Amino acid sequence: MQGRLKGAQTGHSLLSRKRDALTTRFRGILRKVDEAKRRMGRVMQLASFSLAEVTYAAGGDIAYLVQEQAKNATFKVKAKQENVSGVMLPAFDAVREGSTDFNLTGLGRGGQQIQKAREVYAKALETLVELASLQTAFTILDEVIRTTNRRVNAIEHVIIPKLDNTIKYIISELDEMDREEFFRLKKVQGKKKRDAEARDALKRQQEAEGTLPAPVEDTETEAEHALDLLAEKDADVIF
Amino acid sequence: MSATSNYADRNLIAVIGDEDSITGLLLAGIGHVNSNQKKNFLVVDNKTQTFAIEAAFNEFTERKDIAILLINQHIAERIRPTVEKYQNAFPTVLEIPSKDHPYDPSKDSILKRVQKMYGD
Repeated sequence: MQGRLKGAQTGHSLLSRKRDALTTRFRGILRKVDEAKRRMGRVMQLASFSLAEVTYAAGGDIAYLVQEQAKNATFKVKAKQENVSGVMLPAFDAVREGSTDFNLTGLGRGGQQIQKAREVYAKALETLVELASLQTAFTILDEVIRTTNRRVNAIEHVIIPKLDNTIKYIISELDEMDREEFFRLKKVQGKKKRDAEARDALKRQQEAEGTLPAPVEDTETEAEHALDLLAEKDADVIF
Repeated sequence: MSATSNYADRNLIAVIGDEDSITGLLLAGIGHVNSNQKKNFLVVDNKTQTFAIEAAFNEFTERKDIAILLINQHIAERIRPTVEKYQNAFPTVLEIPSKDHPYDPSKDSILKRVQKMYGD
């Protein structure tokens, strides 16, 4: 029981330490998310602007064409993991693969602007990917912190008091038994003493009367009694 | 968090957005059409029905190869209950500003949660 209480306390301190570490991390991520979201606003504005330039330079709407050209993603993300006190946090990495040659036949003009817009958008996307991984970390950490909190509270407010109660009950019960046993032994001892005194009194009385009925027998029983008392006392010492 | 196990397969970015945002992002090369002729982007304009957006949102969030779902904020605003309900870590839903609608941090689902957390 004591062991279990100890275990619960150790677990509690460990978990609360984990929670603190996670919370620290969480706060950092919160700040970063906030910052990145604001930065994203600016970046996307810039990107939109460069797209407007493209539209102007190309002298027409390129949206339809671009949408038709989309076949295979060249801008992908790769997930990797990061370990924060036992919690796996995924992080995304932007990966640009393959050739960047977009088949833009049909767009007569504005190739340079398109290139530029593509670069700007790729940059913006990188920011977005970074933000996305921050946000994912945020979501996961949020959940983990909640779980950890729940566990810490459960241990603190339910398990530890329960164990405490059990231990208290056991100790009180043991004390009670101890007292009973002590009292019983005292009683036994008292009775032995009384018996011995009574016998002594009887013997003295008999001696005084001058009639010694069977001295040999009497001493024998006395010795026996003494031995008995000794044994009883020994048992008492053990207790 | 069963979705965490297959995070490695996710490598696409999906978009729900207006024409300009989509064009720009496709220029950067995120467009992908898979073997079932499913696109990973949805162009939304004023005529697009709300339930179509919701359907696309649900489809993208259920697909196993999408890591990040970008959605224009004014479109997310139209299906706000669905977005709010979405709590999974994968794919990550990210609200982005569009050309005509500047970014408003107070409307973002995630930032709302941040605010709530700082509030209490």
